Amino acid sequence: MSALSTGTPRRAQATPAGDRRRRRLRQILIYLLMAVVLAIMLFPFYWMILTSLRSQVDNTSPVPVWFFKPTLQNYVNVIRQNNFLAYTWHSLVIATLATSVGLVLGLPAAYSIARYKQNGLAFAILMARLTPYITYLVPWYMAFRVLHLIDTYVALTATHLIVGMPLIIWIMISFFEEVPRDLEEAAYVDGASRFGTFTRIVLPLSTPGIVAASILSFIFSWNQFLFSLVLSGPNTKPVPVAVFNFISYGQINFGGLGAAAVLITLPVVILTLAIQRYIVSGLTMGAVKG
Amino acid sequence: MTERASRFFDRNAQWLFPLPAVIAIVILFVGPVLANAYISVHDWYIGGTPKYIGLGNFVRALNDHRFWSGLKNTFYFTLVAVPLELVLGLGIAVLFNRDFRGKGLVRTVILLPMVATPVAIALIWALMFNPSLGVMNYFLESLGLPRSLWVASAQLAIPSLTLVDIWEWTPMVALILLAALQGVPTELYEAAIIDGAGPVQAFRFITLPSIRSAAVIALILRSIDALKTFDIIYVITQGGPGIASETLNVFAFKTGFEFFRAGYAASLLIFLLVAVLGVSILLNMTRRRPA
Repeated sequence: MSALSTGTPRRAQATPAGDRRRRRLRQILIYLLMAVVLAIMLFPFYWMILTSLRSQVDNTSPVPVWFFKPTLQNYVNVIRQNNFLAYTWHSLVIATLATSVGLVLGLPAAYSIARYKQNGLAFAILMARLTPYITYLVPWYMAFRVLHLIDTYVALTATHLIVGMPLIIWIMISFFEEVPRDLEEAAYVDGASRFGTFTRIVLPLSTPGIVAASILSFIFSWNQFLFSLVLSGPNTKPVPVAVFNFISYGQINFGGLGAAAVLITLPVVILTLAIQRYIVSGLTMGAVKG
Repeated sequence: MTERASRFFDRNAQWLFPLPAVIAIVILFVGPVLANAYISVHDWYIGGTPKYIGLGNFVRALNDHRFWSGLKNTFYFTLVAVPLELVLGLGIAVLFNRDFRGKGLVRTVILLPMVATPVAIALIWALMFNPSLGVMNYFLESLGLPRSLWVASAQLAIPSLTLVDIWEWTPMVALILLAALQGVPTELYEAAIIDGAGPVQAFRFITLPSIRSAAVIALILRSIDALKTFDIIYVITQGGPGIASETLNVFAFKTGFEFFRAGYAASLLIFLLVAVLGVSILLNMTRRRPA
């Protein structure tokens, strides 16, 4: 590929055999480095899984136990004793509601930014992304307290929208920009309304983008900790907050924490596999196309 | 009737399409920011009655050693984490910018640290940092190094937390830079080689200028998010030991939701917002400077 990747054949004085050997050595070194980088990235996940499968005795051994008889007891305990399924349900409801509302509000806005070049609106969304979330949380908490909306899905959906909607809008702008304008013009000539063109022509053409944006919004709502920490209660507590409480109040049950961590992360990993192309684009507010 | 409504919509589509989102933005974002400013000029305990005190909260912050310590920790964390993420990210991007088997799988692995639930990540790192039972000390000992207290030590709490941030976000920087590297035309390198440039010169005069704007974007995004880091810090140390790793964000959170002093918390958040805005404007200016 580039001069940086493969050995450059610029020194003519080297013998072909020596050159080949040196290139081979270089190749091995590069793969070795790659392996080290990937190992570091994966290690905490590997450790999470090991911890979740070890007994408390193995987990609290002063020397790490690498080989052991795996047990699923930690998972059984977490799910049985900690209401884990209820928390999972709460997370699921909040993420689904926030994503659905985010799509209804965000899709037409993204289309409008793409078509009418409404850069002011785009800028407003960027500013929203810039502001520390706690800035929104102080007034929201006080308002929800007065309105008796703490520990309701209304409060959690509204605040999770703060995370999801900008993501959806940002990802969808670039998708809508790629829908050929000719198709829309043709529809107008045939007498279709703007709204009809949007729902019947533009949206179906952008399905892959909508799927990616929805999944990304879902992941970020699933991962959200701060808003849920303050605004949830027994009726709406999502998994991250439940797991956090699990650390602060209980004794350190390594295996239980590991199992809980695996259970929160698993759905995210599965969804990531589905939309990996769009994740960087979403995280960078469209600065990088997938 | 519907005909008329439809025609009305067509004529006004330009502002009717974004209207729902604009209303949501006003309610969700603009309203709270203004409300926050209003709250900040009051002595206001959550549940109590507000008392107007002008800039009292801001003056109090400037005389509060915990505010200065939080401000220092916020920048300490950011200034350690972000430059290292940029350098390591560039290294990883160059390393992976080639064809090899399993490219798709590798891309997925690289994505995992940044999409995994932060609470889960923080939890696992907290277990790994555990001074007596954690695996990090095992690694240190295997390398012949002395054991460390990691986040349990006042001196090492922030460096340890930056380690988590670097692990979590270097992959994103790497992917941004990788995308930029893939956009560099190979002819440029070929021309450079004909002109007698070595790999170092090619890197200095072709690679770096080509990915400059991507690097600045990565720098801005990471700086903004590093200044606002909450989940990792709150879950692993809650700002401790003492206030050794308490950033402005964590201090504002505790002020608002543990001590219920909404007015003071709001003023702290305005300081943080100004810091984030200032840093992003400053960094954005470097983008316009000719390379």
